[in-house]
Amino acid sequence: MARTPIGLVGAQPDPPFEITFDGRPVPALPGQTLAAALWGAGILAWRTTRDGGRPRGAFCGIGQCYDCLATVNGEPNRRACLVPAHPGDTITTQEGHGHDRLGV
Amino acid sequence: MTASASEPEDVARSCSASGPKDSTRTAPDPVPDTGRRADAPYDLVVVGAGSAGLAGAVAASELGLSVALLDSSAQSGGQFYRHPAPALGARRPEALHHDWSAFADLRRRLHASGVDHLTGHHVWSVVKETDGTWTAHALTGADGCADAPARIRARALLLATGAYERQLPFPGWTLPGVVGAGGAQAMLKSGLVLPGRSIVVAGSGPLLLAVASSLASAGARVPAVVEAAGYLRYGRRPRALATNPRKAAEALVHAAALVRHRVPVRLRSAVTEVHGTDRVEAVTVSRLDREWRPVRGTGRRIACDALAVGHGLVPQIELAVAVGCTTRALPDGTLGLALDDLQESSVPGLWAAGETGGVGGAELARTEGELAGRVIAARLLGRPARVGATAGLRRRRDRMRAFADVMSAAHAPGPGWTGWLSDDTDVCRCEEVPAGRIREAIAACGARDARTVKLLTRAGMGWCQGRMCGTAVACLASAGSAPEPPGERRPFAVPVPLSTLAALDGSPDPASAPDSPTDPVPS
Repeated sequence: MARTPIGLVGAQPDPPFEITFDGRPVPALPGQTLAAALWGAGILAWRTTRDGGRPRGAFCGIGQCYDCLATVNGEPNRRACLVPAHPGDTITTQEGHGHDRLGV
Repeated sequence: MTASASEPEDVARSCSASGPKDSTRTAPDPVPDTGRRADAPYDLVVVGAGSAGLAGAVAASELGLSVALLDSSAQSGGQFYRHPAPALGARRPEALHHDWSAFADLRRRLHASGVDHLTGHHVWSVVKETDGTWTAHALTGADGCADAPARIRARALLLATGAYERQLPFPGWTLPGVVGAGGAQAMLKSGLVLPGRSIVVAGSGPLLLAVASSLASAGARVPAVVEAAGYLRYGRRPRALATNPRKAAEALVHAAALVRHRVPVRLRSAVTEVHGTDRVEAVTVSRLDREWRPVRGTGRRIACDALAVGHGLVPQIELAVAVGCTTRALPDGTLGLALDDLQESSVPGLWAAGETGGVGGAELARTEGELAGRVIAARLLGRPARVGATAGLRRRRDRMRAFADVMSAAHAPGPGWTGWLSDDTDVCRCEEVPAGRIREAIAACGARDARTVKLLTRAGMGWCQGRMCGTAVACLASAGSAPEPPGERRPFAVPVPLSTLAALDGSPDPASAPDSPTDPVPS
């Protein structure tokens, strides 16, 4: 059997649930953050920068760098590496400061 | 051991958004009755529930103090002992850790104590009131976005806020797939995930060996560990090495894992470029000279789909600096808090332990935390500590601090690293400020320090408040001479919503005046 993080720590997680990323279903394990669920699905970017429109995702992994900001259930600027995933969460790629709909 | 999601009422007042608390209390051990009224200040507030904070909190509580232990995370352990949430059902969390039993022991003591462990508390400011007590202001919730900010008062304060990773930029470092070495480790330890299948580990410092061995054990291919320093500098201080055999043993455990997984280690080398359009496809590794200047013509391309990179750790001391605590320059160019023999800072009533006084690892942090907890209890209870009672702890601390200094000196960035920066490399990730603009501010406008560069270019003005680019900007501004460490005072340790600040005046208890969600203001 291939070595995996789950196998290494002998994890027996509760059943996975579904969240969505830009409309696409992504499985998440209970106890994972949004960023962990996205990494688990091979997704590394969920934000574009304000000036260059460049893709970004989790970098420091501990809530210090704010690169992993995402729009979660319609609310922008949530740190995906800290926020736990909940069934039905919708994550959308945050463009710039995330407040375009406010016209600011 | 497994952690259950049950939460004893008497040890936690976690905020609702912070999720299940890490708690394994089984038998109700006797809790010292501290006689604190619900609205009275605690004897001690400890900020940070890593090794240092846990040790300090339980030591002080066991001696009879009422203690609140504040931490941003839902679980104790800090970064070093970060572990999966209970729902992930990890039966062997220790497989990703060194010396897990030391943490398990501290956690047992925490659960048996009367410490109030307040999870999901992001402390953004500490204030000494006119009556001499301390107030810690915190945002609450998993990411600080819950509606009820908190204010916790105490007679004494112990800061055990740990460290964050030091980053040096290089072309391509903002590409998805480039992650902090500590970040990759943190995501693996808590979320059981990897950023890719084939991960190069690069930068400098002993953390790289630990990260590479964890990633390889968890199934990643690690094509190379790339270390900018040599390991020869450790040999210059043989006494510090000989008196800290546990450190050498720890390094050997990681080295053995790397041999087992056939991971090559390249010394005196650095990743000088990342390739890829939307994500990492390969990196270029170049040899460095003694000054960390890349040697022309030595670049070699290594295919990979992720890069985990970091150049050591920086003490997280914003809260202490904001109230005027004296700092000291550490051998690797970072700043730590200047502390006396009993862990007290230059501001009376404020103690610190662990990485805040200089990065030295979990065992040192635990020792300093225990020492601080005992000293604070003796002070507050009016029983001056007998010299003998803490002599052993102080001796161990001094021995491990000596090793920390050796480690710090061995991995200090050489001045030549800026040679791998192209003008279009973003240095400040938040504000997207490239090296060229910073060089221009220095050459054309005469900026000589990080603060002036910030005012001219916005580098360091974004969400992370200069944590990611601070070292790089200071190095560029000093133009090769010893950089002035970024010792800037910032009034907020984390971004704070304007509504929270507005609620401070006129409302005796911000918890009773819920915020509306608004944009936090980076300072």
